[in-house]
Amino acid sequence: MLSKIVRTVTNGFMPIIIIFGLYIIAHGHLTPGGGFQGGAVVVSGVVMLLVAFNSQELKKSLRERVLSIMESSGALIFIGLAFAGIGTVFAYNLLVGSPIFGHIPPTGPNPGDIWTGGVIPLMNFAVGLKVIAGLSAVVLALALFSSGEEVEE
Amino acid sequence: MDSLITHSPALIVALPLVAAFAIPLISRAGYRARSTFSLVIFGLVTFLVAVLAVDVHSVGIRVYTFGATAAELALPGGYMVPVRIMFQVDGMSIFMGIIITTVTLAALIYSLHFLKGQTGQVRFYSLMMLLYTGMMGLAFTGDMFNLFVFLEIASIAGAGLAAYRTNMADALEGGFKYIVISAVSALMVLFAIGILYSQYNVLSIAALANYMQYTTLDMIALGLLGGAFVMKLAGVPLHMWAPDTYTVAPAGTTPMILAASYTSMYVLYRITFTLYGVHIDSTAIGWIVIVVGVLSMFIGVMMAVHQTDIKRMMAYHAISQGGYMLLGVGVGLAVLANPVALASYGRDAINGGVFHIINHVFYKALLFMTAEAIFFRIGTRDTNKMGGLARNMKWTAAFYIIGALAISGIPPLNGFASKLLIYETVLQFNPVLAVIAMFVSLVTLASFAKVFYSAFTGPEMPAYREVREVPKSMIIGMAILAACVIFFGIFPGLIVDNIVAPATEALINQAPYINAVMGAVP
Amino acid sequence: MTEHIPLDFPFLAAALLMGISFYIIIFKKNLIKLIMGVAMLAAGVNLFLVALGYRAGGGAPIYTGIPKETMVLPVPQALTLTSIVINVAVLALMLTMVIRIYRHTGSLDSEKSRKLKG
Repeated sequence: MLSKIVRTVTNGFMPIIIIFGLYIIAHGHLTPGGGFQGGAVVVSGVVMLLVAFNSQELKKSLRERVLSIMESSGALIFIGLAFAGIGTVFAYNLLVGSPIFGHIPPTGPNPGDIWTGGVIPLMNFAVGLKVIAGLSAVVLALALFSSGEEVEE
Repeated sequence: MDSLITHSPALIVALPLVAAFAIPLISRAGYRARSTFSLVIFGLVTFLVAVLAVDVHSVGIRVYTFGATAAELALPGGYMVPVRIMFQVDGMSIFMGIIITTVTLAALIYSLHFLKGQTGQVRFYSLMMLLYTGMMGLAFTGDMFNLFVFLEIASIAGAGLAAYRTNMADALEGGFKYIVISAVSALMVLFAIGILYSQYNVLSIAALANYMQYTTLDMIALGLLGGAFVMKLAGVPLHMWAPDTYTVAPAGTTPMILAASYTSMYVLYRITFTLYGVHIDSTAIGWIVIVVGVLSMFIGVMMAVHQTDIKRMMAYHAISQGGYMLLGVGVGLAVLANPVALASYGRDAINGGVFHIINHVFYKALLFMTAEAIFFRIGTRDTNKMGGLARNMKWTAAFYIIGALAISGIPPLNGFASKLLIYETVLQFNPVLAVIAMFVSLVTLASFAKVFYSAFTGPEMPAYREVREVPKSMIIGMAILAACVIFFGIFPGLIVDNIVAPATEALINQAPYINAVMGAVP
Repeated sequence: MTEHIPLDFPFLAAALLMGISFYIIIFKKNLIKLIMGVAMLAAGVNLFLVALGYRAGGGAPIYTGIPKETMVLPVPQALTLTSIVINVAVLALMLTMVIRIYRHTGSLDSEKSRKLKG
């Protein structure tokens, strides 16, 4: 565990990093970014927490059961959204034209309308959830391994 | 029912994916819930594969476009090239689909009892479903980059399964070699895909085959793709990972990793016959395939003879039998440009090579399962320490005899039918190759007979007096494969006419594959 | 500035990266160096893919607030992104296996930590 200054500053920075990551996930269909990129930014915040605090301390906050449920539900939401269009074809974008995320984007350079894209922003959220849970579990498991403890399951 | 057939290519790949991600959630309800769920989903998938097989053999190529307004709509109005990701199921794809599904069904039933008392069982079933998804995606895909993604899915799941027994150091080593080889070969595939995209601006296999002009860059891409897939299918001289990985994989997963290697062989054939097709110099490429095949046959069986570890011996035999398949199809490829030779023996050579794939996967999976059954009961794989097991493990010994006779090419089992096809056709092409093939077959029989005498017959060892037969689920898993081996041996003509001949036709003739997507050439 | 760098430069860099990484994978014995070689090979292939799509004077292939008319090709960027994600998973898997191999055999040398021979 590092000194008190580092720990306090890390605690202060963490919400900013999480909000920046969520911004990148949410605007994935307009600006560069999307599910994986935003999730990786949030996990870099988790790595910062790992460096500042002990991995044993962090294991009490990021419980393995919560991460596992988050990961599975992210993947299932993604496939569920793909199955939702099975009436036409698998992975059909059925929300185009409907009030949720259904606006048609204008052609040419424009300031960007967040309610466009159909199913894609929702899939971005599902992928972001899965990446956050999955990569946090990987990083936590590697840190616990190196400090000598065995992780079950 | 009609819409079920239309959507079946997507469902066959998507349902196991749902199962793989739902199993961690369902396991909280207990061990029985997880087993029942896996079997129900997999039963559904087997039914869909059977339905799709009947449809493809009666109607023709089935195209599935993801995200379009209709499933068969490859070129929406106004487009000249397909822009969406597609699955294209023809005779050869569904042939591999049948093999993969049967082997996975047997492996799933076999592993039900095997894992009692092991930790991490949740991950085991998820990884098995992910490996199945990867292999079926490789078999069905019609898009080059989709091929790369499914190749990597299958590799990662396979490496996770091979290194499953993390308390043993050799399991980790086998898994590590597998993932390094798979990562390097997949990156070479990606490099070749980049080269092809930069020239033709399309990623779909049918469109690339349509626009292909055989420039120097295309030759480089063919070399990279060929090298990458020879690495994945354990052809000599890039076979070093196969004995280690096949030996340490637990339970029923060695048959599945074996099926993944032969799916890579299918992708090699798809690229050579369909993507490049009429443009390549078929004699030269055919001879390269033949040389790799003969080297694999010879070196595989020579290294197998003096092994003491039973699974390692079977792994070297798997390399050697892979050489038979490459030899058969290589002879067909070498005469592809010559219509007289193609009609007289080329088509039968490819028939033999393709028929050998399904025969080999079935009897080799049966043999690996018997070896794992022995390991399950007595805890060692060393043949010097085994003895007299036939007294107590009667079913296992019977399945081993069936598998050993099949691999040596003894009638009336299925190995004889495909090997006879290969011998007859290769003899007309070049007699030396046929003599080498027959010699390899003799040495195969010798090594399996040696292991049978040392492991199963002989005096009963005192340490193994209380060894009982393996649990029923393992016997049922092995019985499924043994029944297929015997059935394919007694009725080879039925199998060749109905399942193998459409596959060979799909390989030799690339025009239906292209026309199914690009529309008839005007 | 960009006019002085010849357009072939990213391809030469990608070829150099791939060549060095093949040398590392074939000839080096340390397991961690092997993993670094695979990571470098992935970096080389990704650089090659992104450099394929570049069109001189082009801008980012998005419409939100961008004034340019010429864009670089977006498809190789999608291919590269997928490849990066897959390689993250592969590298995590390889690192975990190497950590466990080190725990079991006490050595990172691929000759000394071999248990399967023949």
